[in-house]
Amino acid sequence: MPFYVSPEQAMKDKADYARKAITRIRSGVVIACDAGILFIAPNPSRALRKFSEIYDRIAFAAVGRYNEFENLRKAGVRFADMTGFQYDRQDVTARGLANWYAQLLGTIFTDSNKPYEVEIVVAEVGKTADDDQLYRITFDGSVADEHGFVVIGGQADQVTAVLKDQYRDGMTLEGAFTVAIAALGSQSNGERQEVTAAQLEVALLDRTRPHRTFRRLTGARLEALLAGVIGGRRTEAIAGQQADQAAESADAPDDESAGEAGETEGAPGTPESTN
Amino acid sequence: MGADSYGSDGRWHPGTYLSPGTSSFTDFLAAAAPDLLPQAAGPAGPGSSDGAAPGSLARDLPHGTTIVAAACDGGVVMAGDRRATAGNMIMQRDIDKVFRSDEFSAIGVAGVAGIGIELVRLFQVELEHYEKLEGHALSLDGKANRLAGLVRGNIGGAMQGLVVVPLFCGYDEDTGRGRIFSYDVAGGRYEEHRFYAIGSGSVFARGSLKKLYQDSMPVEDTVLACMQALYDAADDDTATGGPDLTRRLYPVVAAVTADGFERLTDEAAGEYARTVVEGRMADPDGPPAPLRAAVTPNGSRGALPSR
Repeated sequence: MPFYVSPEQAMKDKADYARKAITRIRSGVVIACDAGILFIAPNPSRALRKFSEIYDRIAFAAVGRYNEFENLRKAGVRFADMTGFQYDRQDVTARGLANWYAQLLGTIFTDSNKPYEVEIVVAEVGKTADDDQLYRITFDGSVADEHGFVVIGGQADQVTAVLKDQYRDGMTLEGAFTVAIAALGSQSNGERQEVTAAQLEVALLDRTRPHRTFRRLTGARLEALLAGVIGGRRTEAIAGQQADQAAESADAPDDESAGEAGETEGAPGTPESTN
Repeated sequence: MGADSYGSDGRWHPGTYLSPGTSSFTDFLAAAAPDLLPQAAGPAGPGSSDGAAPGSLARDLPHGTTIVAAACDGGVVMAGDRRATAGNMIMQRDIDKVFRSDEFSAIGVAGVAGIGIELVRLFQVELEHYEKLEGHALSLDGKANRLAGLVRGNIGGAMQGLVVVPLFCGYDEDTGRGRIFSYDVAGGRYEEHRFYAIGSGSVFARGSLKKLYQDSMPVEDTVLACMQALYDAADDDTATGGPDLTRRLYPVVAAVTADGFERLTDEAAGEYARTVVEGRMADPDGPPAPLRAAVTPNGSRGALPSR
């Protein structure tokens, strides 16, 4: 850099850059219920995943630039397996992982030229709902300990408002699913389309499973949940976001890699590239 | 955390965790924390540091012995005795030597117990690690190959007398059959097609199974055959323990089928053990095999197994 830039300005520029990138993408919701912890986000890709297993009772959720959060996901799996191997399986905790991610993202934010454009959640399902833990870690390494639900990415305020209004402790899986779909749908102001199971990525940390609790909800099980959404309300609003954000992306300064088939917006002017 | 490095500027550089790398946990440990690997004690390890003869350390360490594995109808059964010895002393009466490596496979170890159990732990994490990173499990061949690599990694210790040899078996989802793999200390991997045994009592166990085993028996019969084989191994090898009815310690028996890995409960294993022991009250050498088999082109056991 040829000219002097004050540290405040440099940090502010980085933070604005990352924040802007994250607000542009579709939201995801992590919500606790009686069955465990549920993860829902629109994701038409079958290969690229936003939600993943980290350890027996711990899962990872992310939105943002795919290759960056995929890097973080792998690093988290390595950290968890290393800790579990060195000590014991029960010594791997979401809190430890969240702190480690905070260090990692903080280092990347400060030391790299470009911060990671990601927002992640580390969730741990407890034996009872009181022991559930949700941690949100932002691009600059800030950790927040959340209760009940977390919204990441997109117009988080709007989605959070709906969730705050409708969320109750101890909801059933179906209830939590319905509320989350409604909240995700509240963002859209675009065309109406039917939301199908193929357009959603849904996963669950199932409290009752003995060892590895992470399960993806697909196929018949997901269809049943969708069919149960109260009043058969059309949740096409979520899909409507795709059209909105595809248009918005024409203004994006940097080139989102074409490989992010399931992520963010498609190449400008070619909405059919988001399958 | 050995994997972080603190640079000369005092800042933390988490490089190893973030590098694309491999999906192998062992390779990651080798890069990030090599001291955690079981083979950390190589030729320059503690065994030779006091100038004692190589192998003298090994003599004082607990060794686990006989493991048998036999293919059954739609899967495979693995069983191991419960004794760990060091020289002539029994070090443990209830050691577990058969483990679940993942949902559709099982591993048993014979040799130095401490290193064997570490090897199993590493292998379990290796398989799970790959599955989490890649999103799908390894093929059975892939798992068997990976285990060969881990065994090969212990060759330094093996040359010092700290020998560990596993027996690996699994349910192959593609063919719907059980498969068995044996290993040598150099990391050689050999597929066995019907049954196999490892450990000091293995020759007796294999001889016993040679007479008792039949292809495609139901799981229950295969378990019984394995129990008989372990009893015969304990009968002739002091390092192999027979069923301990007084303490209710029975061989660890596991079946791997399309339903996954299942270890028999102590009660169930006890039932089989009692059946074997009661039979031996009448016939101490076990069920006799017919001297003259039925004369058919394929022998009395039916067709030879297809390869």
